[in-house]
Amino acid sequence: MAEATSTQQYPQKTGLRALMGNQKYQQRALSIFCTVLLIVGALIILFPIGWMVSTSLKTRFEAIQFPPTWVPLNPQWHNYRDALLNPTNPFPRYFYNTMFYSLTVMVAEMASCAFIAYGFARLRAPGKDALFLLVLATLMLPSQVTLIPQYILFTKLHGLNFLGVDWINSYTPLIVPHLFGSSYLIFLLRQFYRGLPRDYEEAGLIDGANYFGIWWRIILPLSLPALGAVAILSFMFHYADFLGPLLYLNENAKYTLSLGLQQFRAPFGGTVYHLLMAASLATVVPPILVFFLAQRFFIQGIVVSGVKG
Amino acid sequence: MAVRILPQGKAARREMGWFWFFVGPWVFGFFVFTLGPILASAYLSFTRYNGLRGNPKWIGIENYTNLMENPIFWKSLQVSAYYTLLSVPLGIFFSLMLALTLNQRVPFLGVFRTLFYLPSIMPAVAATLLFVWLLNPQFGILNYFIRTLVGNDGLIPLGVEPPMWLQDAKWVIPSFTLISLWGFGGGMLIYLSALQGVPTHLYEAATIDGAGYFKRFWHVTIPMISPVILFTTITGVIGSFQVFTPAWVITGGTGAPNYQSMFYVLYLFVNAFRRNRMGVAAAQAWLLFIVVLILTVVFLWASRRFVYYESESGGRF
Repeated sequence: MAEATSTQQYPQKTGLRALMGNQKYQQRALSIFCTVLLIVGALIILFPIGWMVSTSLKTRFEAIQFPPTWVPLNPQWHNYRDALLNPTNPFPRYFYNTMFYSLTVMVAEMASCAFIAYGFARLRAPGKDALFLLVLATLMLPSQVTLIPQYILFTKLHGLNFLGVDWINSYTPLIVPHLFGSSYLIFLLRQFYRGLPRDYEEAGLIDGANYFGIWWRIILPLSLPALGAVAILSFMFHYADFLGPLLYLNENAKYTLSLGLQQFRAPFGGTVYHLLMAASLATVVPPILVFFLAQRFFIQGIVVSGVKG
Repeated sequence: MAVRILPQGKAARREMGWFWFFVGPWVFGFFVFTLGPILASAYLSFTRYNGLRGNPKWIGIENYTNLMENPIFWKSLQVSAYYTLLSVPLGIFFSLMLALTLNQRVPFLGVFRTLFYLPSIMPAVAATLLFVWLLNPQFGILNYFIRTLVGNDGLIPLGVEPPMWLQDAKWVIPSFTLISLWGFGGGMLIYLSALQGVPTHLYEAATIDGAGYFKRFWHVTIPMISPVILFTTITGVIGSFQVFTPAWVITGGTGAPNYQSMFYVLYLFVNAFRRNRMGVAAAQAWLLFIVVLILTVVFLWASRRFVYYESESGGRF
C-alpha cells in the first residue's frame, strides 16, 4: 500500500516530458548551461589580455592595420627590448624601485599588523571595543581627507631635515605611515587570531611566559597562513599603487612601474600602441605570477575580510 | 542590558597594560597620520594656503561659498555621482550573477574562478592603458567589432556609427564604467563564499515546500546573503566616489572632453597639487567626507528593512 501511494505522487509521463521533469536531468541541464555561459564569459573577459599580447608583438603598422590580424604575422620580440630598455624610460630601474617599495612596505605591514592585531584579538581592556570600532571607521574614511595635511606634514619634516632623511621626492613618506599598521590588514589578522584556541595563552601564562612571548612564540608561528594572505594583499596593493608615488616622487629615476608606464605614453603621443602594450604586459607579469603561485592565500584573505565585514 | 564583566585585580591590570603595548603603534599612527590630518584638513578648509611658503591665512567659509558657485565643482560631483550610479549596481549585478553561475556544481570551478579574477589583479595603470587602446575610436578593436557587425558594410548593415568612447562627451562615463566592470571578478569572490555559506537545509526545506529555482533564490539566497550585498554596496559607493587613477591616466587631469570626466577626486587633486590651492582642496575633501558619511548612514538606515541578520551578533564583525 505504501508503495502505491508514493508512486501516485508522480503522474506518469513519457518521452521528453518525463525527462524534463526528472530532477537529475534538470540539474545536469542547468550545469551544462552554466558551463557554456562561463566559457563564453571567460573568453570575453580574457580577450583584452589576449589582444594586449597580440598587439605587443606586432609592428607599428600591423598594430593599426585593418582588418586586424589576430595572430601577429611575424612576432616582433624585439618590441620588448625597444619598450623596456630605452634610456628615456629605464624600466629595469622602475622595476627595482617598485620591488623595493612594495617589499619594504609588505614587511613593515606584516610586522606591525601582526603585532597590533594580537592586542585587539586576544587581550581584554576597558575601551577596547570602542577603539576597534575606530579601526573599522578609518576603513570608511576617504583617504583624500588626510592626503593634503599629510603632504604638508612631510614637506615640513623635509624642511626641518627631520631624522636626516629626505621626506620629499623619496620613498620615506610612502613607507613610514605603514609602520603603524593598516586597518584592513589588522582586521583580517584579528579575525584569524580569534579563531585560535585560548588554551595556548593559558598554558603559556602558567609556564611563566608574558604576552609578548606568547605572541612571538605561539601565536605568530600558528598564523603563518594568515600572514601569507597579508603579505600578498599588501604586495599587490603597493605594486599597483599610483596616487602615493605620483604625489611624492618627482624624478624619473625614482619612479615606480605604474608611474613610468603612465609617463611612457607622452613621448610617443599616445599612438605607439605596440610598444605601450609590450611595456604594460611586462608590468602585469609579476602580479599575475604571484597570484598564480599563492592563489590560495590571496583568495582566503579577500574572503575572510570581505564576508565577515 | 548585558554588562561586560572585565576581570579584576592584578592579572587584569597587567593584561590591560599589554593591550596598550600591542595596540600602541596603531594609536600613535592614528593620531599622527589620521586624526591629526583630519583636524588639520578641517582647519585648512577655512584658510587660503599654497602649501609652499608662508602660513595659512584664515578666510572663514570663503572656500566653501566659492565652491558652491563653481560650476566645475558641481560638474565633478555630478560626474562622480553618475559614475557611481552606473558602475556600482552593474558591478554588483554581474558579480552576483557570476557567483550564482559558479555555484551551480560546474566543472573546473577553480579554473573559472582564477580566470574571472585575473583582471582584478591587473595594476590600474596597465588596465587603463589597455582600455585606452581597446576603446580607441579609429584603431580600437571594439569599434572594429561594432563596424563589422552593425556598421554600414557590416554583417547586419544597420549603419551604426560606433561612439568615440573616451573622447565622446556622452560615452566617456559609460567607458569608465566598462573599465571598472572588467574587474567584476573581485566582487564574485566575496559573493561566492557567501553563497557557499548558505546552509543547504534551507534549500531542502524550500524545495519540499514546492519552491522552484527562482523562489529559492528570492526567498532563501537573497535574504541570506543580504548583509554581504549591503557591505559591497557601501564599500562600492565609497570606492567609486574616490576614483582617481584611470581618470588621471586618461585625461592627465583635464577631465576631457569638456569636464565630462572631471571626477570629484581628480578635481580635488588638481586643485591641491597642480594649482597649489590647498585650502580649496581641503574644503573639497571635507565635503566628500560628509557626502560619503551621509550615504553610508542612509544605506545602513534604509537597509534595516531589507537586510537579514541570522542572529543579533552574527552578521556583525
